[in-house]
Amino acid sequence: MSFNIGEFISSIFDLTAGDYLASVWGTEPWVSVVLDILGILIVATIPLLSVFFVGLIERKVLARMQDRIGPNRVGGKYGLLQMFADVVKMLTKELLVPAGADKVAYFLAPVLSLATSALLFAVVPFAPGVIGTNLGVGVFYVLSISSVSVVALLLAGWGSNNKYALLGAFRAVAQLVSYEVPMILSLLVPIILASSMSTMDMVEAQAIPFVIFAPISALIFFVSSLAETGRSPFDLLEAESEIVAGFHTEYSGMVFGLFMAAEYMGIMFMCFLFSTAYLGGYRFFGLEEIVLGNGFQLGRLLGLFITIFKGALVFFVFMWLRATLPRLRIDQLLNFNWKFMVPLMLMILLTVALLDRLILDYIPQVGEAGRAGIHFVSNIIIGFAGLEVLRRSARRQRLRHNTTSPVLAVAENEGAPIYVATEVEPAHDHHGHDHHGHDAHAPVPAH
Amino acid sequence: MTLEQVIFILVSLLTLGTGIVVVTNRNLFHAALAMMASFLGVAGLYILLDAGFLAAAQLLVYIGAISILIIFAIMLTRRMMQAREAAFNSQSGLGLITAVATFALLAAVIGQFWWGVDAFSGRPDVPDTVLQNTVTALGKAFVSPEAYVVPFIVASVLLLAALIGAIYVAWPTEYAEDEA
Repeated sequence: MSFNIGEFISSIFDLTAGDYLASVWGTEPWVSVVLDILGILIVATIPLLSVFFVGLIERKVLARMQDRIGPNRVGGKYGLLQMFADVVKMLTKELLVPAGADKVAYFLAPVLSLATSALLFAVVPFAPGVIGTNLGVGVFYVLSISSVSVVALLLAGWGSNNKYALLGAFRAVAQLVSYEVPMILSLLVPIILASSMSTMDMVEAQAIPFVIFAPISALIFFVSSLAETGRSPFDLLEAESEIVAGFHTEYSGMVFGLFMAAEYMGIMFMCFLFSTAYLGGYRFFGLEEIVLGNGFQLGRLLGLFITIFKGALVFFVFMWLRATLPRLRIDQLLNFNWKFMVPLMLMILLTVALLDRLILDYIPQVGEAGRAGIHFVSNIIIGFAGLEVLRRSARRQRLRHNTTSPVLAVAENEGAPIYVATEVEPAHDHHGHDHHGHDAHAPVPAH
Repeated sequence: MTLEQVIFILVSLLTLGTGIVVVTNRNLFHAALAMMASFLGVAGLYILLDAGFLAAAQLLVYIGAISILIIFAIMLTRRMMQAREAAFNSQSGLGLITAVATFALLAAVIGQFWWGVDAFSGRPDVPDTVLQNTVTALGKAFVSPEAYVVPFIVASVLLLAALIGAIYVAWPTEYAEDEA
């Protein structure tokens, strides 16, 4: 088969260019190596380049939510080239290495951070049959790679020879390692429902999106993915008022740019992972299966757009939360995780596993919709039970501290700062007033 | 030499080279970093053996958990940046014995399988269906009564006991707010 430029372009549009090239070049061993390398380049480069657009979109959307215009000068009408200008700025800035920095750790950290973020995209199913590599252990691969990215933060904090950076890194590791637990547990639910760890199989199993099976588990996954990417309200990793800029305090110029790119890639990946695990990935009412008369697989192209659309939808919620919520305190953050989300998620996981086995073994005739319905009801019941337990525990806590409800306290004390999660135990807040000197729960400290 | 052998040699060099750095480098933090790279090389070996699950577990457990724990221990117990440790300490004799014993054990096990066989003649025949579904096969083996269900449960109980023990050790003896 000879090379035909028209067919090649058509094959790019239905995302089968790899198959087409393979059919042209034959089956010699070098062909698969070259195609693999091309595939790796594409999968690693496109997310990196889309950081430009994601960053711009975030700045524009945040600006609109805060009643500003946002970037509007560079690149014509909408500040379209703002991020390119920023990258040029970063490239021309001087790279300052602190005295006494551990050079190996200092320069390894941003590279490792970016590399792990890029590696994650290997298992995102972009369209039917379009995936970096369909690993049998897809989800487990994601978890292991993101656990390696924790090392990068530690290296950055340690290598900088700066107290703020080191404290920031310790805090980041505490946060990331803690929130990994509910994230792993909430990813086990789609694994059980799809009975596969491969991300591709997971999407294929979602005739009904898993968010309908397990809405509470989806919510927990969403919250822990916010924390894993260090997004507001969990942006303690770079809480400017407390630890300057956290682990990347001492980084300047493009080396800082690498951290920023890695962060955005991580966020993009989390959005894709949420849509893969719970929103049905590239599936949307069979749109992804359309094949035109001349063999052009329109469905694959549509699948790509559906994936991006769903990812963008999740990302919009990320931005929305960032524009809305204030930051939590580190103790609130860890208490919320270990005392509420992990136990709740364990309950949900046990119920889903048991229920799914029972449904499949004893009442398979209810079908997919019935299965979804039963899971939905059980999930909602556990969710409300969890909220009730939380409410009682918060009331007990308030009685012990002899304070009113945080909502009431704010109403009485107009203008006091609101801590959104004060109803989560402000545990071991030994002396009734918090470390910042001002808090929401208390007209009068009882001591 | 096939491509697979080239990759095997590269990955082995990474594993062994960084392993040597671990024991020769005087900076404890750099030694810990080299140990992570060595673990990474081992994960690469698992991938070459088509053991994807094991490779991911290697990354998750050894790099994501154990190495981080070791680095925390170093950071919290040593004088930070200028640490230059002696290459030998009082336990070097015990270490030597352990190393020799481990080497002998591994050599005996490997020799048992490969004695008189050309080690590079090719991989053993494992059906493709098994290789593509290692996770499923592993999962079934863990819970089937004729395979590994008892060790699996014993390990789970051990981990649970460790968790409860950790909570018990960390439990405050009296609430701090009573002092106030």
